[in-house]
Amino acid sequence: MDTTIKIVKYELNDVLRSKWVAYYGLFFLVLTEGLLRFSGANVKALLSLVNVVLLLIPLVSILFGTMYLYNAREFVEMLLAQPVNRRSLFAGMFSGLALPLAMSFAAGVALPFLMRGGAGAGTGALLMLLVTGVWLTLIFVALAFLIATAFVDRVKGLGTAIILWLFFTVIYDGGVLLFLGAFSDYPLDKPVLALMMLNPVDLTRVALLMNFDVSALMGYTGAVFRQFFGSGLGLAVAFGMLGIWLAVPLYAGLRLFEKRDF
Amino acid sequence: MRAKHVLPVVLILVLVSSCAGARAQDLVVGPGGSVTTLTEALASAHPGDRIVIRAGVYREPTLVVDKPLTLVGEPGAILDGQGDRQIMTILADGVTVRGLTFRNVGVSYVEDRAGIKVKEARDCLIEGNRFENTFFAVYLAQTADCRVADNEMIGTYTREAASGNGIHLWYCKNITIEHNRIHGHRDGIYMEFVEDSLIRGNESRNNLRYGLHFMFSDRCRYEGNSFRENRAGVAVMYTDQVEMIGNTFERNWGGASYGLLLKEIRDSRVEGNRFVENTTGVYAESVNRTTVGNNVFEGNGWAVKLMSSSQDNRFFRNNFIGNSFDVSTSSRRSSSTFEENYWDRYEGYDLDRDGFGDVPFHPVRLFSLIVEQNEPALVLMRSLFIDLLDAAERVFPVLTPETLVDARPKMKPYPDRPSGALFSTTARPNHD
Repeated sequence: MDTTIKIVKYELNDVLRSKWVAYYGLFFLVLTEGLLRFSGANVKALLSLVNVVLLLIPLVSILFGTMYLYNAREFVEMLLAQPVNRRSLFAGMFSGLALPLAMSFAAGVALPFLMRGGAGAGTGALLMLLVTGVWLTLIFVALAFLIATAFVDRVKGLGTAIILWLFFTVIYDGGVLLFLGAFSDYPLDKPVLALMMLNPVDLTRVALLMNFDVSALMGYTGAVFRQFFGSGLGLAVAFGMLGIWLAVPLYAGLRLFEKRDF
Repeated sequence: MRAKHVLPVVLILVLVSSCAGARAQDLVVGPGGSVTTLTEALASAHPGDRIVIRAGVYREPTLVVDKPLTLVGEPGAILDGQGDRQIMTILADGVTVRGLTFRNVGVSYVEDRAGIKVKEARDCLIEGNRFENTFFAVYLAQTADCRVADNEMIGTYTREAASGNGIHLWYCKNITIEHNRIHGHRDGIYMEFVEDSLIRGNESRNNLRYGLHFMFSDRCRYEGNSFRENRAGVAVMYTDQVEMIGNTFERNWGGASYGLLLKEIRDSRVEGNRFVENTTGVYAESVNRTTVGNNVFEGNGWAVKLMSSSQDNRFFRNNFIGNSFDVSTSSRRSSSTFEENYWDRYEGYDLDRDGFGDVPFHPVRLFSLIVEQNEPALVLMRSLFIDLLDAAERVFPVLTPETLVDARPKMKPYPDRPSGALFSTTARPNHD
């Protein structure tokens, strides 16, 4: 455990020194401030932020994560020559990267709201946005670590990362739409909810929808939907699945990392 | 000759004096008094008398008021129907009922029992009463020139079939319904074949069906009412020249729930209203020559659903803010016009700085068509893929109606206007 903390400390220093994380946080700060200033309404600014969060956080997390691990290869090899547990090294590097990324996002978004004395009626939505944003960061850094450990070749790794991002944010939903069109004669409530569970970006989006578009969601006539979105059930299931989405890639990455021959 | 004239003069004198006496007479009903039941008092009262009802619970057969009387309840005067019969029937003109509490009228599937039923009468005044579980609270049939004001109507009904309406009007004229609070009934206010009436400042919420249900009622006006959380919202149907002004339609949620459902409406005005967080703000089917202006649509699922059977309507100077869908329609053609509305989705620019965007805005999204055809697709809302589809469609409209367009979208939202200032500035319907 002690080594993990030492590694986290070192990683934190390293990541902060690279200033990337600072720019990332600054970007969110400027974006949020700008949206609040120009839209005037909290809820509207939050809605615009939703799109950015769903798009940008996965992209930055997965790209930055893979690149970082490839760049740190020599450092990893050096440490592994020492009496360092692979498990603590992996945990240390993951937290050392994911935490600053998540924190700079949260701080960047929350600060402009705090300076205006909170989000008012949008407080619930803002909290939801922050929690899901942090969660997405963790998930996609975990995916990045999995990719970077699985592929030795960095070009292959980066390519996979970009394709994975594209798949989760765009292609998957296109597939869902095709599926809905093809099977529109059947009751699709449950299948479509299940499909949403299989994509972390969609999961986050659905969780956020419950905050922003409840009025429309309640217009849907299917009972399963109404039960899912109208009660705490939907939220509980969504967060449960997000937990699984973090645990599985992280564990798989760890197993690969432990077995890999550097 | 002279003797012949004496008799009529005496008769007139007698009549005049008896009338004068009647006007002054107050009858007091109360436990412990000389008259203990309202039934006795009504039987012995002369036209024009005032009956004061002391505190107490009165359990009597249905009271029939068949002469012009004023009934005034002191605080604590309760008329109880014991879960069975209608409490009061008014059959005479010029009756006033004030300050009474009516409760427990039994549910009937055969007759429309009510707290107060007024039948074929004029000039009644029903004011400041309280109705608790009275099946129908106030029921006016074939009545004119009445006023129903400041009453509170509370139902605890759970089934639509086994509940009555708060205020029920059938074949009426010149009725004023003002500042009543109605909840837990089937329809808060129900109007059928009513003309030239005014509904103002009422609060109708948590009713099992419609907050206001309005049919075949020409030239009526409702303003400044609040309709909240009714299971099906407000329905206005088969009516000409109705004015809906400055009302609030809020949180009417559900698959068949509408802030305002308009069906077969002509030459009417929907102005200065607020539609907040309804599943559908305004649903318009076969609505013609109607103006929808200066309204606020905020946080609705669908702000406006405009069916292709609607023609020549004008949507102007509305604020569309934070709705999941702004406008959806069932056809590619639309003969209604949209002018100078504020759309929070608008992304155009205003180079000449006149406050209106230089690029037209198409409020119908491709996604709304997709959802129309395939409901579960709703879960894809706000997905990047959907946004890309919408953007592509906006550049080259293929599927969305090309004529449904706001040529001069406002750049900034219209400020919230106080409802008083609004009435003078609104435009009249455009009939050309």
